[in-house]
Amino acid sequence: MTETTPTTDLTPTPGQTVGPFYGYAMPYEHDNELVPPGSARAVQLTGTVYDGAGERVPDAILEIWQPDENGEVPRKTGSLLRNGFTFTGFGRAAVDPEGEFSFSTVNPGPTEAGKAPFISLVIFARGLLNRLFTRIYLPEDTEALAADPLLSSLDEDERARLVATRGADGSLHFDIRLQGEEETPFLRFPSHED
Amino acid sequence: MSPQQNSDVDESAEAFTSPTVIDQPVKGPDDAAESQATLSAEIESIETQYKQDVAGGKKPETQPRLDYRPYRSSILRHPTKDPRHTDPETIELFSPAFGHRDIGTLESDLTIQADGEPIGERIRVTGRVLDGEGRPVRGQLVEIWQANSAGRYIHKRDQHPAPIDPNFTGVGRTLTGDDGSYSFTTIKPGPYPWKNHHNAWRPAHIHFSLFGSEFTQRMITQMYFPGDPLFALDPIYQSITDQKARDRLVATYDHNITEHEFLMGYNWDIVLTGANRTWMEEEDDD
Ligand SMILES: [Fe+2]
Repeated sequence: MTETTPTTDLTPTPGQTVGPFYGYAMPYEHDNELVPPGSARAVQLTGTVYDGAGERVPDAILEIWQPDENGEVPRKTGSLLRNGFTFTGFGRAAVDPEGEFSFSTVNPGPTEAGKAPFISLVIFARGLLNRLFTRIYLPEDTEALAADPLLSSLDEDERARLVATRGADGSLHFDIRLQGEEETPFLRFPSHED
Repeated sequence: MSPQQNSDVDESAEAFTSPTVIDQPVKGPDDAAESQATLSAEIESIETQYKQDVAGGKKPETQPRLDYRPYRSSILRHPTKDPRHTDPETIELFSPAFGHRDIGTLESDLTIQADGEPIGERIRVTGRVLDGEGRPVRGQLVEIWQANSAGRYIHKRDQHPAPIDPNFTGVGRTLTGDDGSYSFTTIKPGPYPWKNHHNAWRPAHIHFSLFGSEFTQRMITQMYFPGDPLFALDPIYQSITDQKARDRLVATYDHNITEHEFLMGYNWDIVLTGANRTWMEEEDDD
């Protein structure tokens, strides 16, 4: 239907801020429940988003994307209309007025033997002019963490900021700091080069 | 739509939270301290510097700056450290799959979601989602949201005293076709005021949310309409310093899309970052 205006310019389209008014459009029922909360395999992933003054950011929206417990990359549809059984690997969570988010998910497995398992995270917020990518690593496999190419390129403090902490109840905790001394390391992939 | 979870913030908070307010006596929220002239001068000086840099051999920018002071809310919300250059791992080379079970076929028409017809200029916005090599992004989710023709969002914290249209939510979703195409029928949104500075108005825009075939391609942006007189005044649009890059967010009026005695047509193609490795693989067939 667009034959009349073929695209020849293949420079990536610029991003823009998600703005303040995504709240009635992006969230959907069970958006943050990759598995039903309270189910046997469910792991709660929580955290808080902070700005450069250490204030909580009450208008951010996050998405996670991850393999299942066996490290399998999900190829199933149904993230927007969950049936409670299919693991699609995708979830979305708007933070609450305290800047806190919560997902119900599973511990991702390593996608290849020996790889450090992690959850891929993308962050949008009012005041944030383009999305930010990062990773939430599981804390357990210290050998794999030590061998991880990204983590080994970081200093000790930065490395710690990409590894979730495990609660006694099995939950995962991961805070995001958009700016400042404790700033979360954010990622730039080769495809993002201009 | 589910009840939104983050309703306690709106643009009016900005007049209080912006550190720039420290430079001046703090006034009431409706007495924004800074003038458009102040903002425009900042925008202009950044632009002048950018043009000099490019003339001096600097590579043109293609994305917005995260650190763009005229957009006051960005001051405390942009990372100050360089992003870590990282090769994507397995999971990042794939993207969530969405299918026809996820969304209704009528969700791409924002003019038929209520009993009555929404008020305003009926339009169609259509185009293709492509990767950096021009290949179509097939069967992927596209989400949009927008103000109504009076510049008002349904969002309950939108305090702009413009009428709500009971027949318009301003929310749409669709899946791209095999050629990467998408199409929304909607109402042309109005410009709306916000609290970045005194008498600040956003140019009319539609928010777009896009997935590629790799998660690294995930993006959210805003589509604008050609010839908007507010472009020069808007810090969000101007946060993209390069004019060619800004132009990539502006739809083209296309009379071939316009329908006789029915609607006005706009074309807007979207190019995601990089090539998608997995595009040859078949998605779940549903
Ligand atoms: Fe908007």
